[in-house]
Amino acid sequence: MSETLQILLIALGVLGVLGAVLSVILYIVAQKFKVEENPLIDEAEACLPGANCGGCGFAGCRALAEACVKQAAEKGNIDGLACPGTDMGKVAAVLGLTAAAFEPKIAVVRCNGSCKNSPAKVHYEGADICAFASTLYAGKGGCSKGCMGLGDCVKKCNFGALHIDEETGLPVVDPDKCVGCGVCARTCPRGIIEIRPRGKKDRRVYVCCSNTDKGALVIKNCSVGCIGCQKCLKECPFEAIEMKGNLAYIDPAKCKACGKCAKVCPRGAIHAINFPAAKPKEEQPTEAPAQETPKVELEKPVTA
Amino acid sequence: MTNYTISGSPHVHSTENTKKIMTRVIIALVPALLVAIYYFGWDALKLTIVSIATCVLAEWLIQKFLIKGPLTINDGSAVLTGLLLAFNVPAGLPVWMMIVGGIVAIGIGKMAFGGLGKNPFNPALVGRVFMLVSFPSAMTTWPAPKPLFPIGHVADAITGPTPLGLLKEGLKADGATVESIMKMHGENGDGTFIPFLDQIFGYHGGSFGEICAIALLIGAIYLICTKVIDIWTPLSILLTVFVFTGICWLVDPTRFIAPWYHLVYGGLILGAFFMATDMVTSPMTTRGKLLFGFGIGVITVVIRLWGAYPEGVSFAILIMNAFTPLINKAFKPKVFGVVKPSKK
Amino acid sequence: MNPIKTFLKGGVHPEENKFSADQPIQDFPMPKQIIVPLGQCLGAPADCIVKKGDRVLTGQLIGTAKGFVSANVHSPATGTVAKVDVVMDHTGYYKPAVFIDREEQDEWAPGILVTDELITDIKLDGKQIIEKVKECGIVGMGGATFPTHIKMAVPEGKKAEYVIINAAECEPYLTCDYRLLLEKTQEFLVGVKIVMKGVGTDKGVIGIETNKMPAIELLDKTIKEHPDLYSGIEVQPLKTKYPQGGEKQIIKAITGREVPSGKLPIETGCVVVNVASTYAIYEAVQKNKPLIERIVTVTGKSVKKPSNFRCRFGVPADLLIEAAGGLPEDITDVINGGPMMGKSVSVTSFPTIKGTSGILLMTLHEAQSRRQTNCIRCGRCAKACPMGLQPFLLHKVAKLNDFDETEKNHVMDCIECGSCEFTCPANIPLLDYIRYGKAKTGAIIKARSQK
Repeated sequence: MSETLQILLIALGVLGVLGAVLSVILYIVAQKFKVEENPLIDEAEACLPGANCGGCGFAGCRALAEACVKQAAEKGNIDGLACPGTDMGKVAAVLGLTAAAFEPKIAVVRCNGSCKNSPAKVHYEGADICAFASTLYAGKGGCSKGCMGLGDCVKKCNFGALHIDEETGLPVVDPDKCVGCGVCARTCPRGIIEIRPRGKKDRRVYVCCSNTDKGALVIKNCSVGCIGCQKCLKECPFEAIEMKGNLAYIDPAKCKACGKCAKVCPRGAIHAINFPAAKPKEEQPTEAPAQETPKVELEKPVTA
Repeated sequence: MTNYTISGSPHVHSTENTKKIMTRVIIALVPALLVAIYYFGWDALKLTIVSIATCVLAEWLIQKFLIKGPLTINDGSAVLTGLLLAFNVPAGLPVWMMIVGGIVAIGIGKMAFGGLGKNPFNPALVGRVFMLVSFPSAMTTWPAPKPLFPIGHVADAITGPTPLGLLKEGLKADGATVESIMKMHGENGDGTFIPFLDQIFGYHGGSFGEICAIALLIGAIYLICTKVIDIWTPLSILLTVFVFTGICWLVDPTRFIAPWYHLVYGGLILGAFFMATDMVTSPMTTRGKLLFGFGIGVITVVIRLWGAYPEGVSFAILIMNAFTPLINKAFKPKVFGVVKPSKK
Repeated sequence: MNPIKTFLKGGVHPEENKFSADQPIQDFPMPKQIIVPLGQCLGAPADCIVKKGDRVLTGQLIGTAKGFVSANVHSPATGTVAKVDVVMDHTGYYKPAVFIDREEQDEWAPGILVTDELITDIKLDGKQIIEKVKECGIVGMGGATFPTHIKMAVPEGKKAEYVIINAAECEPYLTCDYRLLLEKTQEFLVGVKIVMKGVGTDKGVIGIETNKMPAIELLDKTIKEHPDLYSGIEVQPLKTKYPQGGEKQIIKAITGREVPSGKLPIETGCVVVNVASTYAIYEAVQKNKPLIERIVTVTGKSVKKPSNFRCRFGVPADLLIEAAGGLPEDITDVINGGPMMGKSVSVTSFPTIKGTSGILLMTLHEAQSRRQTNCIRCGRCAKACPMGLQPFLLHKVAKLNDFDETEKNHVMDCIECGSCEFTCPANIPLLDYIRYGKAKTGAIIKARSQK
């Protein structure tokens, strides 16, 4: 036997024995420290999106699944535990229960202060963080409740459902991807994004403005901001609209999505989404209203 | 009406920028380049141009077609990498090898990590070490210097070994001592070991950028004066090498060459002042720099005296580059008003 | 002259550009209408106590401090309240303000001594002095606008050893403090004595950077001429280096003591007061005059007549700019304060307030292209940081929203001086990210402590 072969065999032998010994140790340890888990947790988790967005209030999807299994065992229901983006019925079915009816939700950007509607008066240079930029100034258009357009929400979205439209400078929600987890709503330093029910047939009506300032100040900075004229309030047959300061708010629980308010708004600030006649296209909150209400295209005051 | 700019303070900035820093380092390398051209003529110039062109082109192509990010070619960092890489090869290297080295330096050493500032290792050294292990013979065939205006002794040899290589090989023979080797290859031999003063002017074999200690030191002084580099890293390297080899020399002068030769032979000066001080891959704090330099010094000496290679600066710097993040983590500046680091 | 001192760690040296240093202070003529913001200090804005149609006298209280960190606001002019509305102020937001239609003649509120006469005799005792400072709405006029009475009130168990007057004026461009020192030397020195009496110490040190030699000499001379009046006051020249006038840095430079991390300067036995505030304290205590005016430096490289104006609060900044030779065309950046720590404003019509130490007009050239490049880990930011932080690291972890790491790396110790960003060769907006991280980390720490 040549010397080389001998060395080779020794090496093989040593490695083989080492591998065998270690695998036995591994096996023993794995058996000894095995964590007994309810297999239902895995099954329940499989029904969840797995994005760990935290929208349910738990640390992640698995934590929610654990909580569901625990509560199902203790109380026999999973009430109060819900993933905002999933029909909990599936999870309930896994656990042999029934869940409350699922109401799909979506993030809604309540600002339409695009480059066109709220022209820039200043120019921003610095870190692309809305939360920081908003400590420096009110916003390019001067609206202190408007979108900063730097995309904190986009960066936080776990589902890739948001992007900043280059033309308008505003975030756009992709209705197919958004699950309504609410991370963006919590991230936005201005609280512009709201999580609303998607509505029947995906139709929903909302006020696309978050500014509670007086009308005169809103007009100064934005051509499509709510000025608190209350026309919609009077128009609504279901008393679904209330005033929050100088801002109209449509209560999604009461709103029947008739779309009447959107027609009377002199500022085009109320957006009715997915209504067949007016807007057959997908959600495009930025351009449509401006075309719809050409008469309110006010001249910008020259003074800043 | 102009739109005013809204930005966070401060609203004034120093006029320093990356390009200026890179330009200064390039300027600092010009004396050494001139010396190289003096000794090796067209070969040195040719390789330098090829190397720089390869590096710049490689970076441009990668940024344009692979990363598709903003082009940062004109910040000068690729030029610098190319220049340093060329300085680290023998003047007789075939051009195609230089091109391969340049592509590896930029492609693997730098752009693979995301470009300037993100590379953990010095790109020029990555290229150099790649060439050294891929083309060992070409990378260690040193053409003898042929001064354009010869003064004094001129060797007739076409290729000549480096002093460190000669020592390493020579000491393997039975009964050989440093003295006997130096005598054999001294002024009356093939001229590898000429008087020390001539050595610092660069008249010995080696990579064409590293031979002239004086030219490199002139550049280094310029860099230190313009605050591009700190004295700490090179000082620490040189001191470590000097002390370490000094101890060896005192213990056994027949087996070890005197410490001052170690300073001027090989790529120590070039490495210490121009490559170990690369901002991206070296520690930030002074204490960190001292430790970094110490590490390079020790590894260099160990490789030179006991390793398989006659020269170890490149390896030493690359190895210590890997420790840079750790050193940065361990040696943080003292925070104002904090007596001892709170362990909460 | 005492030997020059300085803080050791970090610091930068921006171009000084003190164009208006030789311009004497001019009284700025009052416009027809002034707009007095109710929030003029760090902390809560004052509660408005006047309404539309009210006639107010100069120096009359129109807003009362609300909450602990807050300061009173007084009417800077005589006239009628036109409305109480919002105005876009230096913060870039619409904030409540009192609009006053001014009458030609100033009618001072009762009790205010309207005289230029120097009064050196301090009649009030320590407590009364602090009470008076609070009443008169005096805040730190270097820019931070922290209410001065809170600073001067030494907490139980602590003792103030030094009063340090921050006359470093390390911000480039600004000269308001320097001019005040030159023109109101005696009043200022009496002010120092008042502060010393207020906090209960007999040691006062005036720290001035050596680029203001005339002021140093004048102060030295005046103190020597009146050893009885100004005993215990010392002038300490400081090296011209930014941020020499940072509170923690000036304490370190003068006393060698370090304010412990997360603690207040009083831990080192020091109370630091700004020059303009000291002068305001003199006027408040000796003449019962509330804080209604200050010196404002209007400057910039392309400004025709860089000037120092004595200006009542509420005067829109564009009038001051007009008086300094008008708004040059190449201006892209208008800053309330100095270039290192000032705030860029959205409109030039913002009203001047207690913290408006300067109105700086910057050209595009100065603000220079800030094209951001990759960090080359040169470590200059860490070298420049006077607080021994690692801005490059804080920037990175703040960007990643890793607020555990920001806290571990002492983000809360950042004094936001901007030295790091100034020195960055890659033009990275380091301070933007650090401020973001600091705000978030601060909120997390606060939430934790409330649990």
